[in-house]
Amino acid sequence: MAKKEYSFYPGCSSQKGASGSNYQVSVDAMCDVLDIQLNDIPDWNCCSASIGYAGGGELPRLALSARNLALSEEANPGQDVVATCAACWLATRETKDRLLDNGGLMKETNEALSAAGLKVEANQNVRHMVEVLIEDFGYEGLGQHVKKPLEGIKIAGYVGCQTNRPFGIDGESFENPMYLDKLVETMGAEPITNYDKKVSCCGGALAFSEPEKSQALIKDIIESAYDSGAEMIATPCPVCQMNVEVYQDQINAKYKTKFDIPVVYYSQLMSVAYGKSGKEAGLDGQVIRAKKLEEIASK
Amino acid sequence: MSNLNQAMVEKYRNSFLQEVQANVEEGDWVKMCMQCGVCAGSCPMGPYWEHPPQEIFMMIRAGKREEVLSSDSMWMCTSCYNCIARCPRGLPITHIMHGLAHYADRLGLAPKEQPTRKFANKFWDNLTKKGRVNELKLGLALYFMNGFFEGIKVALANQKLGLNMLKAKRMSIAEMFGGHGVKDSNGLHAILKKAREIELAKADEFKG
Ligand code: SF4
Ligand code: SF4
Repeated sequence: MAKKEYSFYPGCSSQKGASGSNYQVSVDAMCDVLDIQLNDIPDWNCCSASIGYAGGGELPRLALSARNLALSEEANPGQDVVATCAACWLATRETKDRLLDNGGLMKETNEALSAAGLKVEANQNVRHMVEVLIEDFGYEGLGQHVKKPLEGIKIAGYVGCQTNRPFGIDGESFENPMYLDKLVETMGAEPITNYDKKVSCCGGALAFSEPEKSQALIKDIIESAYDSGAEMIATPCPVCQMNVEVYQDQINAKYKTKFDIPVVYYSQLMSVAYGKSGKEAGLDGQVIRAKKLEEIASK
Repeated sequence: MSNLNQAMVEKYRNSFLQEVQANVEEGDWVKMCMQCGVCAGSCPMGPYWEHPPQEIFMMIRAGKREEVLSSDSMWMCTSCYNCIARCPRGLPITHIMHGLAHYADRLGLAPKEQPTRKFANKFWDNLTKKGRVNELKLGLALYFMNGFFEGIKVALANQKLGLNMLKAKRMSIAEMFGGHGVKDSNGLHAILKKAREIELAKADEFKG
């Protein structure tokens, strides 16, 4: 198959030394196997996520994502924009949709962008990496590269909110999307298909500002994974990953639980199944080590 | 009362709904709500809202300006989009909640000590400064947002978490000195300034 190229929006959490840097490492490893070339949008800026709303109004926030789209059109014309972060994808796709269906907003946004000599058309597709995998490669195509099936690992696929709503993945339902389970299965692991917190909210940015309320949500997400027999949680979102992984100590202290469950990205599962090393799969970036994956990777 | 707030009170003396339509993101949709309550029942933060979205919409129509804008409720939104996915009338509830919170904050009516209000503003300041989020400085600002002593306490409680992140190379002390940012920050600032000007001028012109 010929090399596939996309205009890539990495996002803040993917940067070196940032909270989702291990996600990026594993995405690079996965793309290497699939012969995907990601062309970074030059000088991209933060999308302001959802929580940027307090300081930024509607137009300033649209303008942030529009600047990224404009830079992408300039540097990577004709290429779909692809994001790995759920919040980046959502903000960018929402901007594109709103600009296209509201001529007034399009005009105002371009007026703002012209302050830096930029112009946006917003006519390229804006896609999450998972869409690229499923739609451009397909489960069968993805399965062909598996060298080390992840046999015997029971995985709860935690899809979360923003990869799922309001856009979601084509052909999937909001209440019970199956794609993550199918990806897990394609990599040879065992998906927990009846995991009932699959699309529940982890608190998002409120994990910082309302830790107790958010940790109560996170506790349910983890508890339900244990209850359904999972030994690992996999997710497509860097906010979900961080929230569900790094507060387990604090939750244990508060609720007298004994949580110690690894939380990994789909791309880490794929990298290991594709024969990459633990380091290439970003496994050294786990706060709770994914020992079963490490074992398979080092075989 | 802030000057802006005073001006708005005078301008929209008769209709808070009109004020919302003119000034709040997606505010035009408020009148479409049919009060079914699905949004309230779908919200993960449901128990913590003094007035769930459906009630907020009713209060807007009833002209309860002070009560709505000084409410803590909108700040409970985690942006999970559950309500949007389920609303039978297709209201962009999430955006309206964000829009109301933003507008309340701009008028100086939002509860000062609301933690998400503080965090969300710090997030915006942090990202607009250099164009990208500096997680370390944001984290520190967050710890100290309730003052120095409280900050030390929170920071100590989170010390282990920080060390874990450092060990996993998912937090970097280098962020303290410069760190990540866009190259054309002048351009970015010019865009944001212009966008804000246009937005305020538009609200000013609104006829309802
Ligand atoms: S779900 Fe929609 S129509 Fe029903 S109360 Fe909420 S906003 Fe109104
Ligand atoms: S988007 Fe906000 S208001 Fe809507 S259900 Fe989620 S938290 Fe509640």
